[in-house]
Amino acid sequence: MNTGAPHEENDRTMTLEAFADTIIPGEKRSPGDRAVAGAADGPGAVQGGAVELLETPAAGIADGLDDIARMLNEHARAYAAGYALILDATVPPFVALPFADRTALIRALTAPGHPEKEVWVSVALFSNMAFDTAAHMHTADALAANHPGLATIGLTKPDSDGLWRFPEFSYGRPLAELHPATTSSGGPA
Amino acid sequence: MTTTESTDVLVIGSGFGGAIAAYHLAAGGARVVVLERGPWLKTEDFEHDFMLGSSYTRIFDFTVGDGISVLSGNCVGGGSVVYFATMPRAPSFVFERHGSIGRRMWPSAVTRDTLEPWYDRVEEALPVTQRGWDDVPYSGGLWAAACARAGHTANPVPVAVDNKLCTNCNWMMAGCRFDAKRSLLLNYLPAALAHGAEIRPLHEVQHLSRSDDGGYRVHYNVIDDVDYRLQTASGSIDAKIVVIAAGAGATPVILQRSAPALGAMPHAVGRYFSGNGERLNTAIINEDRAAELLGLSRGGGLAYSANQIGRGPAVASWDRLDATLPEYSRFSLEQLYFPPGLGTILAQAPGAAGVSWFGVEKKEILRRWQSWLTIFTMSEDDNEGVFGPPPGTGNAMRISQQMLGRGNLGYHPTGNTLRGWAESDAAVRDIVERDGLATVMPWTNDVIGAYTVHPLASCRIGDDPATSALDGHHELRGHPGIFVTDSSAVPGALTVNPALTIAALAERAMPAIMSAARQRGIAAEYGAPAPDGGTSGRRGTAPLVATMAPGS
Repeated sequence: MNTGAPHEENDRTMTLEAFADTIIPGEKRSPGDRAVAGAADGPGAVQGGAVELLETPAAGIADGLDDIARMLNEHARAYAAGYALILDATVPPFVALPFADRTALIRALTAPGHPEKEVWVSVALFSNMAFDTAAHMHTADALAANHPGLATIGLTKPDSDGLWRFPEFSYGRPLAELHPATTSSGGPA
Repeated sequence: MTTTESTDVLVIGSGFGGAIAAYHLAAGGARVVVLERGPWLKTEDFEHDFMLGSSYTRIFDFTVGDGISVLSGNCVGGGSVVYFATMPRAPSFVFERHGSIGRRMWPSAVTRDTLEPWYDRVEEALPVTQRGWDDVPYSGGLWAAACARAGHTANPVPVAVDNKLCTNCNWMMAGCRFDAKRSLLLNYLPAALAHGAEIRPLHEVQHLSRSDDGGYRVHYNVIDDVDYRLQTASGSIDAKIVVIAAGAGATPVILQRSAPALGAMPHAVGRYFSGNGERLNTAIINEDRAAELLGLSRGGGLAYSANQIGRGPAVASWDRLDATLPEYSRFSLEQLYFPPGLGTILAQAPGAAGVSWFGVEKKEILRRWQSWLTIFTMSEDDNEGVFGPPPGTGNAMRISQQMLGRGNLGYHPTGNTLRGWAESDAAVRDIVERDGLATVMPWTNDVIGAYTVHPLASCRIGDDPATSALDGHHELRGHPGIFVTDSSAVPGALTVNPALTIAALAERAMPAIMSAARQRGIAAEYGAPAPDGGTSGRRGTAPLVATMAPGS
């Protein structure tokens, strides 16, 4: 989980963080946090470890992240020009966009027919997975560390051997009439 | 001088189509080698862990296409290791479907009635059991109660699960750690091994050519056991008979790639793909209303809040499996569980304006994930999927080390398919939004297209050479000695979970394959009992065997 001071992050990290924060938004890590827009209460994909997951060799896109960040910032620059927005030059262009504009741009990049759609969908997919599966960590470790995404969805803790078991699982009574044509093998006719 | 290895029968893939073939042929006396592109995991290898590289990503593939994405098994045991083990027989009307070709698409010899004895064989072999209400987890119970309140019936579904061993962990897609799920690792495959079959994991078949003695030469790459993008070796094996069962997402790709060496493939290879008409809706349950309207309580003040607890699908409503309804308007509605990640990314926030598969509203529904109820539609699509040219290797250009890849399958739903989905969305909404029980939205198709866990029909059986790649005995038209026995052989969408039908068709294909083996001098006899020695299924099919050989 990334808890580092955002102003010390390099441009690539900030850009990827701003993208992930648009997918699953979170609260700012500090008052000066620029990458995280603070559009939602509680931690989001960035705090869930999105950049760590994107940089994991297993995800398969680590080698492309420089290009991805560069492309995203080029799109942000073009988007800003199209809407006559003046961007703060002290941060990468995508980071300089307000949250609503980040959202509008990612909607366009992931819409059917966009020539780079697959790239942006992949980054969105891993951003989402970082939040609600912590796929860059063993799940047992993530739960032990109170991973913010797993905590948000309310994933319960496993038994002491790391395996889930739910001995209480059923209402235990008939709750609907069976289809009248149900066969003797229990299926449809 | 190098010598090429040889065997009697080479089986490609070890899911239902491959495992059933390997067992019967080995038990009948043939030398059998099975090449499986995925790894071979044992029970103790199945982990409860979302980390990339755990069993969850090692054993299945998520292949993104143009307009559809396909989830499929990628391990010894194939789909049976990752599936939810829901095993209904297909309804009778399915076999009478016309689909996109204007006349009956199934071979005239195959109807629900003629398939019944073969269904019996599979049910004995796995085995399949009926489930009582005591075995239905909260999510299935909630769906049943909602259906009942809306005037619908709902059934606990038959399953290949040992209910005594099941812990309701809902990790079925990562492989069953408790041996509760009756995957092929517990029946057909060990029985095939006991009869001398050999299974080679991480062997991905690329193409076939002709061998010097008139049989076939099967060319494979050996795949790295961690990074599936890497090939560590390659080789070939000669066989007199080849059974292809690589799954509907891969079988046609192997055949496409074989055309330069073998000659033209039937027109239907890589066409008529069906996603089983699949569609998902996520409902966010209002816990107070669930208590008030449905009278549900699981103790501790909770009505539901149990999305995580269970065993995949447990209850389905079959009211719309009505033969009197027009084609494309028939579907089942089945409660389902998908784990976070794959099960959350495409869900949309009910009531949100515009795109809502990501963003602030999406995060709000994630906070209520334990109150999610996912409803799975299986409907009648139009067999509109077509495979493009094969990628360099395998059936996808792999992006991640495991699981995620880009395939060449195109699928652009027709008006018929879209209308069926719209009707099923409306039916789901009518049930779950009644009196404020829940809010619901379908998963978006705009991100990775439609989404199927049951790819079918890309190399299908039929009577018409123009619209079926295989004859009624599963032999590839124009290429004698090549048989296809997997999900790609199923002619079209089934409106229910297809595993039992895939397996029954594979069982039905075995007498003809055995006959073809004998014609090529292989000393093999058809007639093995169930993998555990049971014989009641065999008694049922014995009178049919003489009619199953080509020319009969």
